Amino acid sequence: MDVILGKIATLGPPLLLGAVTTVTITLVSLIIAIILGLTLALIQRARITWLNWIIAAYIELFRNTPVLAQLFIIYFGLPYLGYKIPSFLAAVIGLGLNGGAVLAEVFRAGIAAIHVGQREASLSVGMTPWMAMRYIILPQTWRMTLPPTGNYAIALFKDTAVVSAIAAPEIMFYARTLVASTFETAFIYLLVALIYFVLAFPMARLVDRLERQQRAWL
Amino acid sequence: MAALLRVDDLYKDFAGLKVLKGVSMTLERGHKTAIIGPSGCGKSTLLRCINYMETPTAGHIHLDGELFGETQNGGKYQRMSEKQLARQRSQVGMVFQGFYLWPHLNARDNVAIAPMKVRGMEKRAAYELADAMLEKVHMSHKRDEFPERLSGGQQQRVAIARALAQQPKLMLFDEPTSALDPELVGEVLKVIQELAAEGISMVLVTHEVRFARQVADHVIFLGDGVVVEEGAPDQVIGAPKHERLRSFLKQILEH
Ligand SMILES: Nc1ncnc2c1ncn2[C@@H]1O[C@H](COP(=O)(O)OP(=O)(O)OP(=O)(O)O)[C@@H](O)[C@H]1O
Ligand SMILES: [Mg+2]
Repeated sequence: MDVILGKIATLGPPLLLGAVTTVTITLVSLIIAIILGLTLALIQRARITWLNWIIAAYIELFRNTPVLAQLFIIYFGLPYLGYKIPSFLAAVIGLGLNGGAVLAEVFRAGIAAIHVGQREASLSVGMTPWMAMRYIILPQTWRMTLPPTGNYAIALFKDTAVVSAIAAPEIMFYARTLVASTFETAFIYLLVALIYFVLAFPMARLVDRLERQQRAWL
Repeated sequence: MAALLRVDDLYKDFAGLKVLKGVSMTLERGHKTAIIGPSGCGKSTLLRCINYMETPTAGHIHLDGELFGETQNGGKYQRMSEKQLARQRSQVGMVFQGFYLWPHLNARDNVAIAPMKVRGMEKRAAYELADAMLEKVHMSHKRDEFPERLSGGQQQRVAIARALAQQPKLMLFDEPTSALDPELVGEVLKVIQELAAEGISMVLVTHEVRFARQVADHVIFLGDGVVVEEGAPDQVIGAPKHERLRSFLKQILEH
């Protein structure tokens, strides 16, 4: 027992330090993804053909290639163009761009699901199209897309593990370093899994609750 | 003084489908015109052109002597910017067949939001206005309810209050009772009748021919995108001249 506690005492702190980075990367990427996704979904509604082509190409490109490849291209590719960026920045840009593509589709579908009559009623009372979007359509879209966005956030949280590949100092990165010096492979990854679980489980429960509430509302 | 509403020689095509083929009408202040006609003849389209929810293919609308939805310089007409259009639309209230209350807002907020956001009213004043309008449609007791918890008739009455809160010069009703269960039709018609008695100007599209005869002072029978017959209700509904109108009335009054 003491042996195990001793191990936890030495291995725990660096892993928790990594967990802080993991959570930070998740939150920053999520914010980028939400802003980007929403912006793209709104631009798509303006139905400007050439812009929509570009957005569609971007979405398909990011949805149909591995995140790992995207991260490598950003982290190792940008220096060729003269922009050397730290691994943390590369990580949030990569995950943010990737998430933007995912959430653009979620938000686009969410906006499209609001009956056109809702918008016409808004215009008929003298709202501008922007006011209709802001006060009538987006609040409903937001509620509807909260569960899928939450699910995406959980997936993103777990996917941050890949950014250890570009040496961003998150949990997996520390785990690998610790394995190299202690050879406690199984034990370390057990701790890692535990940390992920403790953080992700409450989020998953919250999303479940939102989903149930929404079913009651619809 | 100019008429409240003037519709001049309105045409509307949808991708080659000619729906309105030269419709004209005028409405004086405080007057009520009912529009009747078979399904698909263009009644909704006409109403939606009046507040520029649809852009007419040709023809013009004047509200209160002012060109509606367009600006004119020289001989050229141009559709207004969305902002200008919104300002004009706020003078026209519209009630839809499908109600379209906003489900994320309770009854009171459904009514108060436009006064607040469009006219910039203070929240307190907007709520006072909303309460007064809900009173008018006999919905004060449900002001905190969300639309999903209201019956169709109640939803439609809140929707009427929402339109009234714009303090519009003109109200447009597009078959306000067609989506309702028969037992709920009466409460909505009663509210419309009260508004009519108050002297609110309105254009009312309806299948309720008997009701149209009671409240309207002018009836238009639209057939296939043109005005086939119009006049006083007792004449158009009571003594129709055209065969098409006669068979339409016969069919509708049999139910
Ligand atoms: N946005 C649109 N695009 C294409 N066609 C349309 C559009 N809106 C209406 N139409 C067509 O125009 C015609 C007239 O439609 P409208 O809704 O004005 O009829 P209506 O007289 O209101 O009928 P109802 O009594 O069924 O409501 C129909 O053939 C309809 O299919
Ligand atoms: Mg119609």
